[in-house]
Amino acid sequence: MTLALEIKDLHKTYRNGMHALKGIHLEVKKGDFFALLGPNGAGKSTTIGIISSLVNKSSGTVKIFGYDMDTELETAKSFIGLVPQEFNFNQFEPAIEIVMNQAGFYGIPRKLAQQRAEKYLQQLGLWEKRYAMARELSGGMKRRLMIARALVHEPKVLILDEPTAGVDIEIRRSMWRFLTEINQQGTTIILTTHYLEEAENLCKHIAIINNGIVVENTEMKSLLARLHMETFILNSRDCLDGKLDNWQDHPGCALRVVDETTLEVDISKQYSINALFAELDSRGIQVISMRTKSNRLEELFVHLVEEGIQ
Amino acid sequence: MNLQQQLTAFRTLVTKEIRRFARIWVQTVVPPVITTGLYFIIFGQLIGSQLSAIDGYSYMDYIVPGIILMAIINNAYANVVSSFYMSKFSHFIEEMLVSPMPNYLILAGYVVGGVARGLTVGLVVAIIATFFTDINIYSYPVLFSVVILTAILFSLGGFINAIYANSFDDISIIPTFVLIPLTYLGGIFYSIDMLPSFWQSVSLGNPILYMINAMRYGMLGVSDIHLGTAFAIIILFVVVLFSFCLYLLNTGKGIRS
Repeated sequence: MTLALEIKDLHKTYRNGMHALKGIHLEVKKGDFFALLGPNGAGKSTTIGIISSLVNKSSGTVKIFGYDMDTELETAKSFIGLVPQEFNFNQFEPAIEIVMNQAGFYGIPRKLAQQRAEKYLQQLGLWEKRYAMARELSGGMKRRLMIARALVHEPKVLILDEPTAGVDIEIRRSMWRFLTEINQQGTTIILTTHYLEEAENLCKHIAIINNGIVVENTEMKSLLARLHMETFILNSRDCLDGKLDNWQDHPGCALRVVDETTLEVDISKQYSINALFAELDSRGIQVISMRTKSNRLEELFVHLVEEGIQ
Repeated sequence: MNLQQQLTAFRTLVTKEIRRFARIWVQTVVPPVITTGLYFIIFGQLIGSQLSAIDGYSYMDYIVPGIILMAIINNAYANVVSSFYMSKFSHFIEEMLVSPMPNYLILAGYVVGGVARGLTVGLVVAIIATFFTDINIYSYPVLFSVVILTAILFSLGGFINAIYANSFDDISIIPTFVLIPLTYLGGIFYSIDMLPSFWQSVSLGNPILYMINAMRYGMLGVSDIHLGTAFAIIILFVVVLFSFCLYLLNTGKGIRS
């Protein structure tokens, strides 16, 4: 198994004494789409900072495709593309110059850099704005510019620190499609996000960091499989008045009335939802829509973080 | 990175740096031209015409080398300190820090940018000087080497200042309270032979004195300082500052948390 990223016993103590990382162990496989989640201040950005060599670690080892960052730093760095949380480009440079310069810093010849800049600016919908000063771009465009810049040297590992923060739904979804595509083409992606729906939709593996330690590190599917109950909201066509009199909850199914046309129901994995619909139908209740009450991953995330705090 | 990739990275940074000061030429090139033009008019022409010759040269001829070198010193320093501090302040230094570019290339790129601006402004000031007097060149090798080495030295100085700076005030404190006084007291406008012996000895502790006298030797063939001593001191400073800058970059001082 080829590992794109291997972190062992990583510690970071800042000068002010804050022990931000307390022995992180992480492994990310080649080609993975990996989510790194955690509440604010958990240590996500510090971890990413160390991987991208912007933060000095206190101890531990970090390897990128087997290259140790202590002994083969330049080679290890050449595999990484970073999209940081904050805008970190010269606001007074045109978009194309920002991307071309980044290619140059990786030693990519100018002609090839031009082709790559065009390719990624086109793919990210920024080609028309290539001569615009970075400061003139909208927030969503700036985020996409940072992605284009991070991809111009075609890294094997792309690290995105909250890439969709503050962008509208449409752009966020187009960015998801783009990231899925480049992941399918073989780029390993490590993502931090506060949108848990994003992690659930995109990522194959997930690690949750809290208080500088990894509290969970597993496949997304197996993590979600741990949820025993899911809560659904059902909307009835007609008023529910009197139709639920003498209702008795079934094992694995607990129903509550929210308002005169809305029901909330907790359903366990073992329970067949058909039985619920049959019962509702027999009482003359026609369900016209149904949705999950909350993001499943969000429930788990809150549970794991709270468990860590306790 | 192989050699070809390193050259590409270096060329990218140097081009970026030159474009930066060329794009804002009204802020970077014009002000020193006006300031030095005033020096030539006030000190060289109005006051200088009332003074006797120094080392056989008119006062105007005597101050031209120092004024050109002062422009080079100030601009090489200002270019690196402002450019590197801005890249730190706005975090776009991270573009280079995440790349496989070796630290010595990052340093060399900024230094060459500073040298380029120093030489550009120095050349423009020399052209301005031709409106007031004939430019003498006594030794081209001495002139070019002192100009290049001095520009490198003060680019390195600007780099150190930018690394330690935490605010915009910090990048103006050193030029205002250290660089300008040392430059004015470095013998631009006078020969140290004109000072009382105590102040002559004090002046010998000012590194800029050696550079200005080496420059004056290159243009006029006269110097208060032995040329070998002057070059030894300049080269020593360049080596020490370059090593210190690399040490700071390698440890991540001011740029990595």
